[in-house]
Amino acid sequence: MGLLSDPNRRRALINLLTRLNAPICAVCYIAGVAWFMGLAFEPFTLRTYMSENAMGSTMVEERFPAGERALATGREFAAHKKRAGGMPVDWLVKTMQSRGLEVFTQKFSRTLPFPDENKERYMVKGTNVYGILRAPRAPRTEALVLTAPCSPGDDNNQAVGLLLGLAQYFRNQIYWAKDIIFLVNEHDLIGMQAWLEGYHHTNTTGIDWSPLQGRGGSIQAALSLELSSDIITSLDLVLEGLNGQLPNLDLANLFYAFCQKIGVTCTIQGKPCCPDHDADGNEASQRPTMGGPRAFFTCHHCWQVRTNDFSFINQILKLNNLLERLHQSYFFYLMPSLSHFVSIGYYMPAFGLLAVILLLRALDLWVQLATPPVRTEDGIADLEQSSPEVLSVLTPLVISHLTGAALYFFPIQFQATAVEHFPVSESEAVVLTAIAIYTAGLALPHNTHRLLSGEGVEQDWRVLKLIAVLYMAVLLGCTALINFSLGFILALTLVPMAAFITPHRPKVLSAFIMVILSPACTLLFLVFFFQDLQEIPVSFEDGWMLFLSVISQGILDHSLYGSLVYPLIALMVYPCWLLFWNILFWK
Amino acid sequence: MAAPLTVVLIVAVTVRACLFRSSLADLIAERVEVVSPLNAWKRVVEGLALLDLGVSPYSGDVFHETPLIIYLFHFLVDYAEITFMLADVITAVALYYAVQDYNTQVLRQQKFALEAERLPLDSLELIRSPRQMYYIPLKVAMVYLLNPFTVLSCVAKSTCGLNNAIVALFILSTIKKNALLSAIFLALSTYQSIYPVTLCAPAVLYLLQRQYIPVNVRWASFWWFLLQYAFMYLGSLFVIICLSFFLLGSWDYLPSVYGFILSVPDLTPNIGLFWYFFAEMFEHFRLFFLCVFQINVFFYTIPLSIKLKEHPVFLIFMQLAVISIFKSYPTVGDIALYMSFLPVWSHLHRFLRNIFLVSCVLLACSALFPVLWHLWIYSGSANSNFYYAITLLFNVAQILLVSDYFYAFLRREHHLTYGLYLKRKDGSEATLVLK
Repeated sequence: MGLLSDPNRRRALINLLTRLNAPICAVCYIAGVAWFMGLAFEPFTLRTYMSENAMGSTMVEERFPAGERALATGREFAAHKKRAGGMPVDWLVKTMQSRGLEVFTQKFSRTLPFPDENKERYMVKGTNVYGILRAPRAPRTEALVLTAPCSPGDDNNQAVGLLLGLAQYFRNQIYWAKDIIFLVNEHDLIGMQAWLEGYHHTNTTGIDWSPLQGRGGSIQAALSLELSSDIITSLDLVLEGLNGQLPNLDLANLFYAFCQKIGVTCTIQGKPCCPDHDADGNEASQRPTMGGPRAFFTCHHCWQVRTNDFSFINQILKLNNLLERLHQSYFFYLMPSLSHFVSIGYYMPAFGLLAVILLLRALDLWVQLATPPVRTEDGIADLEQSSPEVLSVLTPLVISHLTGAALYFFPIQFQATAVEHFPVSESEAVVLTAIAIYTAGLALPHNTHRLLSGEGVEQDWRVLKLIAVLYMAVLLGCTALINFSLGFILALTLVPMAAFITPHRPKVLSAFIMVILSPACTLLFLVFFFQDLQEIPVSFEDGWMLFLSVISQGILDHSLYGSLVYPLIALMVYPCWLLFWNILFWK
Repeated sequence: MAAPLTVVLIVAVTVRACLFRSSLADLIAERVEVVSPLNAWKRVVEGLALLDLGVSPYSGDVFHETPLIIYLFHFLVDYAEITFMLADVITAVALYYAVQDYNTQVLRQQKFALEAERLPLDSLELIRSPRQMYYIPLKVAMVYLLNPFTVLSCVAKSTCGLNNAIVALFILSTIKKNALLSAIFLALSTYQSIYPVTLCAPAVLYLLQRQYIPVNVRWASFWWFLLQYAFMYLGSLFVIICLSFFLLGSWDYLPSVYGFILSVPDLTPNIGLFWYFFAEMFEHFRLFFLCVFQINVFFYTIPLSIKLKEHPVFLIFMQLAVISIFKSYPTVGDIALYMSFLPVWSHLHRFLRNIFLVSCVLLACSALFPVLWHLWIYSGSANSNFYYAITLLFNVAQILLVSDYFYAFLRREHHLTYGLYLKRKDGSEATLVLK
């Protein structure tokens, strides 16, 4: 309590912080970025280890005897798929039944808000087929799910074949303690969403689905298979979920341990894991999770990894031994490589250092507001300070949020009128409307001031900046908790801008820097950077088209899967940025 | 002043009506920060359904509100939204008139002190002028009505709004010197949730002060008034309890309501301090810790009353704050009630020391509550420790806020007695330090 109650020490500390405010902010920023970069190095990363005792040493099979048969089934599936022109529901039902599973189907349909050009679909109708292998010796309270998406064309046929082969193999074993559900879903993630919603009796995204007739217990874990060809050269682990959720680290470690045992190359996010640490691993983990969802079993409390692999029987066996939900290992982690991870205690301080900058700025503004320059005339200190006009602070707040709401609602609502008047397709209309509203927001400060009668007092921009800085700190903090990568990237670009913008900076240069650091330009830059990381650099036109498609995917993901990135950016980050834009042009 | 108040009322009612009609109403009604097992609307509806079936509404450990509430809603269930909006309006108007009367009292006392020359010369800048205090009642009403916590509580149809209305009417009748009504409303609010019994002390102190009876155990009139007030209070409480018995025909409401409040069997997470402790505690020690936690709410009454016996309205504020922080099932509606008093003490602004820290922490915690709840319950990544950390931080910030205002109040009183610029015995400048 000493600091809070002793007035002399407080005053000294506050004086120090206000005098050295700018240097401390700069040091914190550099320290934050350096800390993050250093996360790839030895002292910060820990070797991965299995936390859950139930998944420890057990008997595991090293061979899968029915591999050839699985390939044959895969080819049969491909033939039937081509003949049916979609998902061969009857053949799948018959095949699963012949393998001794309880088979059920589920129909679903969804109309997208606007046509999806990447996957070329608008009105989606499909059927999911799933078979349940009941546990012979245990009550049916828990389940594991194996899925293989049924993709159009020639992709993923081997995965379905493998799935059916595994069903046959598992049927002959007697040690299963949990129900195993083999699911073949159509239209990948939409079908998966429909199945999960039907399984858990929720309806959050507006998909129409028929209720599920058959059900297992609560889902403990899920594995999704995707096989691109008959010959496997490496295994790729895809971990990120919707809204930045991650599966339990145990699941990833288990998978990696088996790969090492068998001697197959394992990659994470498409990059081979580097045994010696260098900064490359770190940049890979900086990848933004603003793109499409990977797995959203995580929303329903079970964990999924997507793999391209065929010897994960061992993984299923280990999962069979789980006595309770995966909870021992970490849920908040970053993986620079498959054998090392960074826990939340090590990566949060990097973000914390950036957030401290905002708090220091807020403290500085508070002190400036609380102690007006005292002009002693006639020996009496002038204590009458003009209280800040509430209206002049409230107006930019309201207008910025209204613009954000417009950015959120208008693109989809007005795509029909846009298509009528301009020669563009619907998805282009949506994206271009979004960009147009975003750019129109830049013209706001002039209109805001026209609405205000009288001139703004010198103090008022400080009050507005205080509110904006605290708003940004809280917003970035909440985002970093849910999705660290997104929060950190937003913080990297927005914090320096927030800290140093005042109406007294040179207008043109600051305006230019602000536009460069705004969320849309950050996204554009990240698209190019990501392509570079994948080692497929693109030209400017291709990059721009990719940027447009990222925006349309973001809007679609929000309405289809409940992803929060688009509402967050449109309703919160963008108005916050607009507040600072208002402050820059304060008259 | 009626016109601005009416405008504020209309704006508040519009905001609530819009939210009632939107899809957010259901979402808000499920938030644990806004509703608790005591005052959730869902439970009132369950109780009404049980009553309609002829079964006691207290069977099955679902409904924990008092019989008077259930009979009120038996007739008003179709107009529930209007009832809650009306409760908020009544609270705001009651607080408005109460604070207006209180300000008149304060100005009068200040005038007497000035005329009697009891104030040292250099503390004259601490004197408040009628112009400064003119807008305070309107600000109090505005802060209560437009506080996001109040709006959320109203939209969730939590019966906390009704409890706040009763407490506000109690405060109004106390300040208007009406001892009978004050006792009746206090009995009603004690009947609703036990904790307002601690507001007896400030009510008695205020009424004694207004009747110019010194608070001294040797004076017969002190004991006579105390006896009168106790009689009125206990009498009304007795009448209300017997009425509840006759309404439902049984005494099951006593263990269901008061037993529930005192023994805290339901450990649903909320913004209070009880749930986590009792979830991890051994059964062996449960009674001991229960007593410790419950005594904590009542404990501060005596020392605070002794210190603040000249300032009973500030004592009411402190008591309301202590109740909201330490009660067994707090919600944000309770916090909104004591926060609406903050404009009354706006003249203490220059002595407040931690207001920046407190506001930042309160703001951050209010934003982090839903985030960590989502991470814990829906994503399964976090766990109860994360949520309780934010709860603890939130309560620490509230305690810091209340103690800061207490310090500022006492410091101002000290300056009014000893002067603003303090000097040590040898004439050098001194500063006040709270040790």
